[in-house]
Amino acid sequence: MQRTVTVASRVGLHARPAAVFVKAASAASLPVTIAKEGKDPVSARSILAVLGLDVRGGEDVVLEAEGDGADEILERLADLLTEDLEG
Amino acid sequence: MKDSPGNGASRRLHGVGIGGASVAGPVALMGVPEPPPGPLTPPAGPPAEEAERALAALRLVAAELGRRAELAGGEAAEVLEAQVLMAQDPMLAEAVTARTAVGVAAGRAVFEAFGVFRAQLAGAGEYLAARVADLDDLAARAVAAAAGRPMPGVPVRDEPFVLVAHDLAPADTALLDLQKVLALVTEQGGPTSHTAILARARGIPAVVGVAGALELTEDELLLVDASEGAVYVAPTDEFVASAREREAARREAAALATAGTEPIRTPDGREVKLLANIGGAVDVADALAAGAEGVGLFRTEVLYLGAHEPPSYEDQLTAYRAVFEGFAGMTVIARTLDAGADKPLPFLPLGEEPNPSLGVRGIRAFRDAGHEHLLETQLAAMAAAAEGTGVDLWVMAPMIADAEEARWFAAKAREAGIAKVGVMIEVPAAALCAREILAEVDFASIGTNDLTQYTMAADRLVGALGGLQDAGHPAVLKLIAMTAYAGAELGKPVGVCGEAAGDPRLAAELIRLGVTSLSMAPAALAEVRAALR
Repeated sequence: MQRTVTVASRVGLHARPAAVFVKAASAASLPVTIAKEGKDPVSARSILAVLGLDVRGGEDVVLEAEGDGADEILERLADLLTEDLEG
Repeated sequence: MKDSPGNGASRRLHGVGIGGASVAGPVALMGVPEPPPGPLTPPAGPPAEEAERALAALRLVAAELGRRAELAGGEAAEVLEAQVLMAQDPMLAEAVTARTAVGVAAGRAVFEAFGVFRAQLAGAGEYLAARVADLDDLAARAVAAAAGRPMPGVPVRDEPFVLVAHDLAPADTALLDLQKVLALVTEQGGPTSHTAILARARGIPAVVGVAGALELTEDELLLVDASEGAVYVAPTDEFVASAREREAARREAAALATAGTEPIRTPDGREVKLLANIGGAVDVADALAAGAEGVGLFRTEVLYLGAHEPPSYEDQLTAYRAVFEGFAGMTVIARTLDAGADKPLPFLPLGEEPNPSLGVRGIRAFRDAGHEHLLETQLAAMAAAAEGTGVDLWVMAPMIADAEEARWFAAKAREAGIAKVGVMIEVPAAALCAREILAEVDFASIGTNDLTQYTMAADRLVGALGGLQDAGHPAVLKLIAMTAYAGAELGKPVGVCGEAAGDPRLAAELIRLGVTSLSMAPAALAEVRAALR
């Protein structure tokens, strides 16, 4: 199951927004991957891999998870990315 | 340089002293990063043991940084928490165990695994440069931990100590428990190094640029005498006792000197306040020690410089309150954000301008609807920060050109709950119409640097025009006199907060023209006070 999301934070998926996202993904019951469109997916539980994607604000990412509850997990993570995590 | 210290200590090291105090205490060395283990380092045990040693090192690093995050709070805590996540990264652990499995030693495996991710992040460019530095710090810690050595970084101890380091970086000082630091001794650094600035701001004696400091041994007793710029190694009890007596006498003398700084009065009985120009809480101790009777210019830009996002209301509240609390019972004149094409802020795009000093700068940057909220947030944070601190807060706007702008700003400031509203007089037009402008506000402060550059049409940065950049030029003095006269007529204070105020040769002239306060760098206060007596 996949979802494509536009990252809202102006600083992109760096610094604080990346940390918030990875913490949420680590807490999820299923493994989740994140990818930039057309690129290889990486584990959403790895802060180093997520930072390495170098996602800028306004760019699209693809989230993917398989199994029971994947729908809700992707929903929750997508919500995190579409709100401004800089708070 | 080392020389014989006489009979009081085994040897004496020299450096540049910061402050005048002396204090004795044991050495705590700041851990120094060691070179990483080479590729052929033999493993100490079988792969499973090496893997466990490496992963245990990562857990130790995560635990240590997590503990520091709790102590640090604020932005420093966020950086540390992100580092904890990195140390716990499952892919990092995989990269480590993939290496130990094929016979790589624990320390080397950790170093190589960090290297893989470092290359990825470094490739992403400037956005991640700070994260690369975080990763390097982590790698150095984990390599030390895997070797069973203390991690590099500031020491954490229960008893007070003398911190001995190569030099301190801002990141180190953010983590340092200053309550425990008796004195700072660094091998590198000069009077303007970060260590020296920290020492002055916090009133900690320091000796910087001490050759041989890093050869000192852990827990060795030192007597640090900042007034002499000397570090005595293994002083005798008698020597420490006599230093304590001298220190007590010095404190008494310093207390007397501050008490003697009574206000300056003109022959006709007017009181002239001598105030300090500051950039934030780090300058408070200096300003008070120099006998400042308040703050005449609090430059709030410092908080914003380099920020990609405007600082939040809460961050501003905290930063302003830290300053206001230091000046309870005194006046602090805060200036709202002063930005322009010549001092750009990433979140306030003003575009390229052919002539930035005549462009959209100072208050002009906030008059379009898109940026107005930044000013409103700042004013609200200032008003809220002053509450309960006992400070007498005055707030002024930079680059006001006419009465209409002054009226607009005054309305905004009063709406935010600011009781005393003023303007900077730094545009000649404002000086010429000072009466009309002062009718709209409660006070004015003359910025002589810009006023001189605009009056003489001589750019501050062009060396060839040095002769024209003189605040004592009759044309500039006439504008200052006009402004001061308008203030006297309306019974409103008019101060000077440019460099001219801190020039002992000009200070008396400015007061003669009717200026009611002079605000300057704390270091200039003593000399100006002496010149006015």
